[in-house]
Formats: sequence, structure tokens, C-alpha cells
Amino acid sequence: MAGSLRVTMTVNGAERSAEVEPRLLLVHFLRETLGLTGTHVGCDTSNCGACTVHLNGEAIKSCTLLAAQADGAEITTIEGMGQEGALHPLQEAFWEHHGLQCGYCTPGMIMASADLLQRNPKPNEEEVREALAGNLCRCTGYHNIVKAVLAASEAA
Amino acid sequence: MSATADKSWVGQPLKRKEDPRLIMGRARYIDDINVTGQLWAAFVRSPEAHAKITSIDTSEAKAFPGVQAVFTGQDLDLEAPLPMAWVPPGVEVKNPPHWPLAKDEVHHVGDPVALVIGTDRYSVVDAAQTVFVDYEPLPVVVDLEQAYEGGDLVHADLGTNQCHEWTLGGGDLEAGFNAAEVVVERRIVNHRTAGAAIEPRGVLADYRAGSLTLTSSTQVPHFLRLFLALQLGISEDRVRAIAPEVGGGFGSKLQIYGEEIALAWASRKLERPIKWVESRSEGMLATHHGRDQIAYVKIGATRDGKITAFHTKILQDLGAYLMLLTPTIPSLGAFVMSGVYDIPAVQTDIVGVFTNKMPTDAIRGAGRPEATHMIEMMIDQLADELGMDRLELRRKNFIDPASFPHETALGIVYDSGDYPKALDTLLALDDFEAIKAQAPPGKLRGVGYSTYTEICGLAPSRVTGPSGFGLQTGLWESAMVRVHITGAVTVYTGTSPHGQGLETTMAQIVAQRLGCDPQNVEVIHGDTGTGPQGLGTYGSRSTAVGGESVARATAKVVDKARQIVAHQLEAAPEDIELIDGKFAVKGSPDKGMTIGEIAGAAYIPENLPEGMEPGLEELAFYDPENFVFPFGAHACVVEVDPDTGNVDVIKYAAVDDCGPAINPKIIDGQVHGGIVHAIGQALFERIHYNEDGQLVTGNFADYALPSAADVPSFDLDRTETPSPVNSLGVKGIGEAGTIAASPCITNAVIDALRPLGVSFINMPLGPQRVWEAIQEAKA
Repeated sequence: MAGSLRVTMTVNGAERSAEVEPRLLLVHFLRETLGLTGTHVGCDTSNCGACTVHLNGEAIKSCTLLAAQADGAEITTIEGMGQEGALHPLQEAFWEHHGLQCGYCTPGMIMASADLLQRNPKPNEEEVREALAGNLCRCTGYHNIVKAVLAASEAA
Repeated sequence: MSATADKSWVGQPLKRKEDPRLIMGRARYIDDINVTGQLWAAFVRSPEAHAKITSIDTSEAKAFPGVQAVFTGQDLDLEAPLPMAWVPPGVEVKNPPHWPLAKDEVHHVGDPVALVIGTDRYSVVDAAQTVFVDYEPLPVVVDLEQAYEGGDLVHADLGTNQCHEWTLGGGDLEAGFNAAEVVVERRIVNHRTAGAAIEPRGVLADYRAGSLTLTSSTQVPHFLRLFLALQLGISEDRVRAIAPEVGGGFGSKLQIYGEEIALAWASRKLERPIKWVESRSEGMLATHHGRDQIAYVKIGATRDGKITAFHTKILQDLGAYLMLLTPTIPSLGAFVMSGVYDIPAVQTDIVGVFTNKMPTDAIRGAGRPEATHMIEMMIDQLADELGMDRLELRRKNFIDPASFPHETALGIVYDSGDYPKALDTLLALDDFEAIKAQAPPGKLRGVGYSTYTEICGLAPSRVTGPSGFGLQTGLWESAMVRVHITGAVTVYTGTSPHGQGLETTMAQIVAQRLGCDPQNVEVIHGDTGTGPQGLGTYGSRSTAVGGESVARATAKVVDKARQIVAHQLEAAPEDIELIDGKFAVKGSPDKGMTIGEIAGAAYIPENLPEGMEPGLEELAFYDPENFVFPFGAHACVVEVDPDTGNVDVIKYAAVDDCGPAINPKIIDGQVHGGIVHAIGQALFERIHYNEDGQLVTGNFADYALPSAADVPSFDLDRTETPSPVNSLGVKGIGEAGTIAASPCITNAVIDALRPLGVSFINMPLGPQRVWEAIQEAKA
């Protein structure tokens, strides 16, 4: 296709660089170029939020951003949030409170929730629900997701 | 069995075993799996709802950089069209051929016409745009009632749009309506919806050296293997189907899709692995839809509120073709059409009707939400007509708890139930009328109720099979339990969970019986190459049928374990019981053996009973004697803004009974999700085709799934009425919330609008419809 360009960004603390098609979406750069498949694609129209990652510390939907637009940025994906034995408090809370079923929306939910708790460390239920309105889940009915986010905020 | 009971893992709200990989982003869904040498596929789909294909020019696409092949319907030499699994004895079901790629004519927008295969994910989509198809448009049939009445035809060669007629009745309907002093009739619409699993469908077909491995985001890997073998003419032993991590299904992945067959065929043709993952807009067009009925419903009762007869005629919009279970779905509802009520005469007449739309098939609840919607709306309508309290009318007609197992007028035997208790438990949760009374100025509040039962745990094969209901399959399950030499346990199940938490639930069932920790029980599923057979996860069957088969395989392991222990301790096997994690002689718990020690003796067989085989693993098949019938009572309070027509759910409470809980945390989660699925249908979601057969709600921007901001948290409780059908006493819970909730919401909206003169309204209850209903009532 129409040539390629080099993009360089810091992903989960490590500098990553690759030649990519100009039209390559950030989510495909993360998933296919870097092999970080924890970030998912659910809708292609920015509605479902399964592709949510942090760009320079803020939650964005990586299916509607080109990799080229993220050149020079700092990206955090679900793989950068916590590891076995050292989970992020939100990961612990989603597990403890059954905030996931099929797990497909979960990485995006955790990234969006982390963004909320950075901005508003002690949200009420309504604020959690509003903040997660851009992340769709078909399994949980949201009840336990909201509970998990509130629990993580209490624990912090 | 009591001799094997130990620390009670069953009943504990354990955290799920499957979660670590999911919360860390380490799971492997279909789109996370790639293999060396893999090609990518894209489908060319019809933009016309009904047209003759006059030519397809693939020359430009074939020359596109990276493209390896382009196939059309004429190229695919399959053994048979796509499968449909229902042949009800004595009923003619017209089944027009349905191919993975249309051959001469397309019948709905999104019908695939060509398959483009190339080296790169993005460029195959570009190349697909250069396949030029000439269409000669034909008349388009969209409206269900018009299609039923006649006129233009979806399949001209059938001479009719009517696919089949099917009736289930019991009792004397004429006498029932003659005995009625009040008769209420309504036209109830249950509109078309999407399953909308957040993970799109995807397939990776890998044919090499005479064997096919097909990985697919499916709920039914074992069915898939069978049909791949039949369609491609490959011996079943050379086909392996794998369901990897699956990101939700809700019935939409209970299917044998043309894309699965086409990719397998092309992989064999090209001898290359090929992958395809649908885009969301592609999924909205070409992943089967659900619901889509119009029902003409009639209920008769005496003045004092005793229901004497219930009749419904259902027009089921099948869409353009019959997929795996398309025409079956409304019949599943017919079995519980009388709900939780003792009604002497009940009849359901179903007519399946073709239209130029994507086929419908099973979506969460599959026929039972539609049936429950009818009976529960009609109860409220009847109460209004009689001037009687809705709950009093329900109580007056509830099946007597003392009469279980209860045979209904339809000849269906409900296994167990206590409907008054469920309702009483619900009413203890909240004071719904008090919440209603606190409506802010200018807003209207309404309360809705739904008391339901459903039929699930599919199912007894002698009832559902070819000579009974007509499904061309058995519906048993099998499980294998292997105790390793270390005492770790691997369980293989034929079910195929995709979010239901069965790795945890089944581990709890096994750990309880073996005296081990569920953390050391691994549950393997979804791969026809690794374990016993099974029929998949749908119809709320995985615990009631799959879990029971796990319990039975475990019981066989326990039997052998007791023989080994008895031999080593010189006791009688019947005197060995599980005490504090050890199989020991009754009364002397110190001398027992753990399951790991027993496995050690079984795998280093120096001292086993005479003639005993070494090893400690067992297989069990299980085919239930009956369905199971979960039940419950739901209530909600909605708030309507009469100026905008907007509806908010401000309180939702539910009591569900699925027998003794194995993991209450998982059960509650299933109920939460089920309720929101139905709130979505009642208030927001609608698959809408315009009069030209174009899909208007073709992505998540237009198809409104409920978000966290659209729904409340829930007040839940449970009652536990064991089922006599299986040894666990359990019933299904995956669909219950969805089955109960849509009439609950609709009844609440009507309750809110009654002061304005609105006494009936059909879903979806979006602002426009509600506002219009208010205006019509004013006029």
C-alpha cells in the first residue's frame, strides 16, 4: 500500500518502534505488531471500549486512533497494569467481586476504570456508571463491575 | 453418596478460577491466535435484500496485490447445504437451500457472494471492494404480517412465504373459552434483536496433510466437527474443532455458520491456514438475530379471576433461510406457554414465515422470553379488565406447590417449584409501591411484576430427539475425571463455556467429592481433540446436564478410590467415607488416605485389589430424564418523563430459584446479565430493517446496547427448591433473567402510563414510542 512510516512509542515502559502502514490502527499495532493481545476490538465505531488503553496517562479508544498519531506517546495496556502475584488493585477487585464473565470487555473496563480513579479517586456509584458509559459489557449487567470499581476506590 | 460428602465447597461464593488470565489480558480468543503461513479472508456481501446474481467479475480482485484466490458460490463443491437440525415428525418444514456463498440469488442484505483470500488483513478487505457483482433486483419482503398474508415471495420456487405450521395444545380450548366470563385479546410484538456478544465471531481453518483443525468462536465445537465432516466429506476422526476463549455468545454462536464451512473448504483447496474475523457491522448483518414474533394472544377467565383458557397464534419471522434451529425457537416457548399458572386449556399455533432478512435463531432464552412476555403481559391486562390486583390474580392461579412434579395441560411435567414463596421473598426485598409513590413532580412512576418459570437443561433425548420433538441429535453430556498421581485433577467436559464460570462451578462439584482443593481441579473444555464428547453450552444446560455428568464421573472415581482404600486398610468399601480430606474407615479418621495417596496407589499398582485396572480416571455419559424448570419473581419500578417519553429503571429486584446454589456469586452474575439483556430489548435495542430490506441499526452506534449509565444495581435473593431430575438438584440460570425481565419492564411502563389513558404498549419502549402512545391516548 501507500508506503510506510516509522513509529516509536513507549509501551508499558519499554520503547517500541516499527515500520507501519500509515493507516495502521493503534489497536492493530499493539495487538499484531507488538503481540499485546490483551487489548481487544469489539465494534470498530468507538462505542464498546474493548480497545481502551492509556495514552499519556489518559484513557483512549485505540481502534479509532492511527498508530502514527501515537508516535512519541506513552502507552499503557492491560499487560502493563499488573502481573501474576502483583495484580493492580482494579484487577484484584474485578476478580474478587466477579466483575467479569467472558472477559472480553474486561481489559477495556479496567483501563477506563483506572482512568476514572486517577481523575476522581472516590467516585460515587453514579459517577462510576457515567464514567463507564463508553464501555459495553453484555455479560455482567454492570452490577459487579460498578461494585468492583467502588471497592478498588475504597481500598486505595 | 453421603459417604463422600466433605468440606462444603459446593455453595461457596468462590472467586473464579478462569479470571487470572482474563484480568491480566493473557487469554487467547480467536483473534489472538495466528499460525505460520496464515492467510486472511474477507467476504463480499450482498447490498441487495433480494436479487438475482447475473454475473460476478473477480478478475480485478484476483490481480490485487497479495490476493491468493477469490471464490464464488459456483466454486464451493460441498456435500450439502448448511444444516438445519429440526425434522418434527408429521410436520412439513420447507427448507430452501442455504449455501455459505449464494449461488444464483441473494435473499438478504449481507448474504455472502464471494470469498477473497490474501496475505494481509487490511488488503483483503480492499480487494473485496473490487469484486463486481451484477444484481437484478427482485421484490423485497420485509413486513412479517404482509409476508404471511401473501404477495411477493422470498423464495419463488416454494410458492409461499409460509415455512411451517406447528401446534402444541392441551385441554379443551373451546370449553375453556366457553367457561370464560371475560376474554382479553392483544397483538403482542416481540421485536428482532441481536445477540451482540462483545467479541465478534472469527474462524481459523487449518487443513494440512488430510486433517482439518478449525478454531472458531463457537458455543458448539462438537456439533461443528460433525457438520464440517459431513459438509466437506472428511471422515470425522480427521476433523478437530476448537472453541478457544470465547467472548460471549448468548446463542449467537450456537450455530454452524457458512463462514466456518467456507474457510474450511478454502483451506483444504489452498492447503493454507486461513483466518477471518468479522467486523461489527458485518456481524450485525450476518450473525443470526433473535426474537421477531407477532403473536395474537387470547386469555379467558371467570369474573373472580380463575383463568380458563389461553391461546396464542405466533407468526415467527424466520428471515430468509433456516439455520441450525431457526424454526424451532418459538416451539421452545410453547412448552411453557402457561407459565406458572394452572390453566386447564392452553394452545399455541405457530406459523414460520420467510422474509428478506438475516435468519433468526436462538438468542438468550430462545422462545421462552417471548412466551413469558405474552403470559405475563396478559395477566396484567386481564387484571386490569377484571379490576383485580395483579398479584392477587397471579396467586389465585399459581400452580399449587404441593402438586409437584406437576403435569400441565400441555403434558409437560414441571419438576419442582414454589411460586408463592418466590413472590413472598420478592415482596420482602423492597416496598415497590412506596417507591412508586415517591415520584418527583412531573414524572410518572410505575411498578411491574413478572412471575415466571422456564424450561431448560436441554434435555432428555427421548423427548427432544428425532422421533419426539424432532431434533436430529441427542442432548446428553459426557465428562471425564482424571486424578493425576500427585492428586491434581483434570476434568474434561463436553460443554463449552464462554463466560458462565463453569471451570469454577465444575471444580467445586469435583472437589466436594474428592476432598481436594478446587484450585487443584483443572477443567478442560471446547476442544474435540482433548476430551470426551458433548453438545455444547446453551439452553441453560451446562450445570444441569454437564455438571451432573461431571458429578457422575466423579462418583465412579470415588467408588474406585473406596475400593483401593478398603483393600489397603483391610476394611469393607462401604465403610469408607470422606472425612476431613481423607478417605477413611468410619469411626477411625486417622488412618485414611487422601485422594493423592489413593492416586499414588492406583498409578504404582503394587497393592491393588485383585483384578483392578491401574489408574484413576473415569468417564460418564448422562442423558437426563426430564428438563428442569427454574422459576422466580421479578419486580421493578420505572420512571417515565411524559414530556420526552424517556423511561428510567430506578429499581429492579429479582428472586430466582435454580435449586441448591453451587456458586452463589456466579449465579447472581448470571441473573444480573440476564436482566440487563432483557432491559436492553425492552427499552433500547432493535434490529430494524427499512422497507427496502436495508439494515438501519447495523453497528453499535445505531444498535443501542445498554451501558452502565442506563441501568441500576439490583436487589437479588434466591429460594432453593431442589430439582428431583439430577443428583445435584440444580436447574439452569443463564437465561432466567432474560426470560423474566422484559414483561416486568413493559408492565411497569404500562402501570406508569395508565393515569394518562395508555393501557397497552409494545416494546421497544424508546422515547419516541412512549411519547407517541401518550399523545394518542390524549387525542
